[in-house]
Amino acid sequence: MTDTTTDAIKDRIRDGGPLIPRNRAAHPPAYDVDYKTSVTRAPRWPLLSLDSTITEETGPTFGHDLLGPLDNNLILNWTRGEAPAVGERILMHGRVLDENARPVPNTLVEIWQANAGGRYRHMKDTYFAPLDPNFGGCGRTITDDNGCYEFLTIRPGAYPWPNRANDWRPMHIHVSVFGHAFGQRLISQMYFEGDPLIPLCPIAATIKSRSQLDSLVAPLDMARSKPMDYLAYKFDIVLRGRRQTMFENKPEGM
Amino acid sequence: MVQKLDTLVETPSQTAGPYVHIGLMPSYCGNAGAFETEIGLSPITDGARGQIIEIVGQVIDGTGWALRDAMIESWQADAAGLYPGQPGADPKVTGHCRFGADAESGEFTLRTVKPGPTPTRAGGQQAPHIALWVVARGINIGLQTRIYFEDEDNSADPLLARIEQRPRAETLIAKKTGDGTYRFDIRLQGDGETVFLDL
Ligand SMILES: [Fe+3]
Repeated sequence: MTDTTTDAIKDRIRDGGPLIPRNRAAHPPAYDVDYKTSVTRAPRWPLLSLDSTITEETGPTFGHDLLGPLDNNLILNWTRGEAPAVGERILMHGRVLDENARPVPNTLVEIWQANAGGRYRHMKDTYFAPLDPNFGGCGRTITDDNGCYEFLTIRPGAYPWPNRANDWRPMHIHVSVFGHAFGQRLISQMYFEGDPLIPLCPIAATIKSRSQLDSLVAPLDMARSKPMDYLAYKFDIVLRGRRQTMFENKPEGM
Repeated sequence: MVQKLDTLVETPSQTAGPYVHIGLMPSYCGNAGAFETEIGLSPITDGARGQIIEIVGQVIDGTGWALRDAMIESWQADAAGLYPGQPGADPKVTGHCRFGADAESGEFTLRTVKPGPTPTRAGGQQAPHIALWVVARGINIGLQTRIYFEDEDNSADPLLARIEQRPRAETLIAKKTGDGTYRFDIRLQGDGETVFLDL
């Protein structure tokens, strides 16, 4: 616990100041008629926009003592190392940064995904692709001092979903990140370079900026691939930053 | 052309989808044991100082139907108004919880301590509140909102004061249903739509 506490204090000293207001244009709008479920779940009234407060500028911290040794190895974690999951072995790796391009160390990164056949281990997933008895489909890790993280997993399969008559999700891994402030909280999805289903997907298409959608597509990274073992994909994640000011300790408006 | 900025653009959000629970709440969807220690099971541990309260509610869509697949996260201060990690904060309060709706009733329950008031940068106070973040299939970017309490003095809260229409401010205030119990529904759309926040 001592390490965790020291890290938390270091993070707090680093993390003074209000959050940069969220650039909403970088994100999908709440309402998108082609993603049908959003139609009844999108607020119609505008958001109430204010400067962040201590509530959004603080957030939960998680220490390395939380993690089990296989938590970031989805090939082995479901069977506790007994038997490997079926599928193409891949390394998903990258850095968590903030808008000021500073690494975000000691932050929890969680992922979940379908198995190689495109089926989730979830009671509500009724797709007839079989479950893999050796694959749970979730993992988590904490970024290191440079904001780096990695997961060993299998490439998830594409899967059909009820939206328009023949919609398919491209291969993707769901990603959840905390940062150091509750106002930085983010869930997104990583796509794979070269997947022809990306431009056909109404969920990917909720992102209106081409460069923003491109930022979710992980390139094949041969330099991090391991010969005779796995291919690597690089996925960097950018969270909201803090306002950089020369006048940190002055009250607002002074 | 102009010079390039040194800043990056935030990674765009994507929906958490219908299977968010396998990743973030494995025991909720029958995958208990996926991790040895699951996070967010409770925002408090035994012995937390202050009044234990229970908040029950539903997340309701534009048709009036309660969502069964939403996941909510909460973040709050302890009874003295200190956030976990701040000097002197109650070590029995983690402040963070994850919860979902009951498959039958669509109701969620948050059991926690009532938070104290917290300071503002301008030297004022925020009334006691719990921050919420709602994700689900069909929600493209997590929705932020807050639970305030009907039986607290909310008159000087800067956030509530910024809501011009009083009936809208009411959507952020949990109604007392008994001793230490409250009702707080989240309406995503339509009549009585909850005020969602951008801060
Ligand atoms: Fe998915």
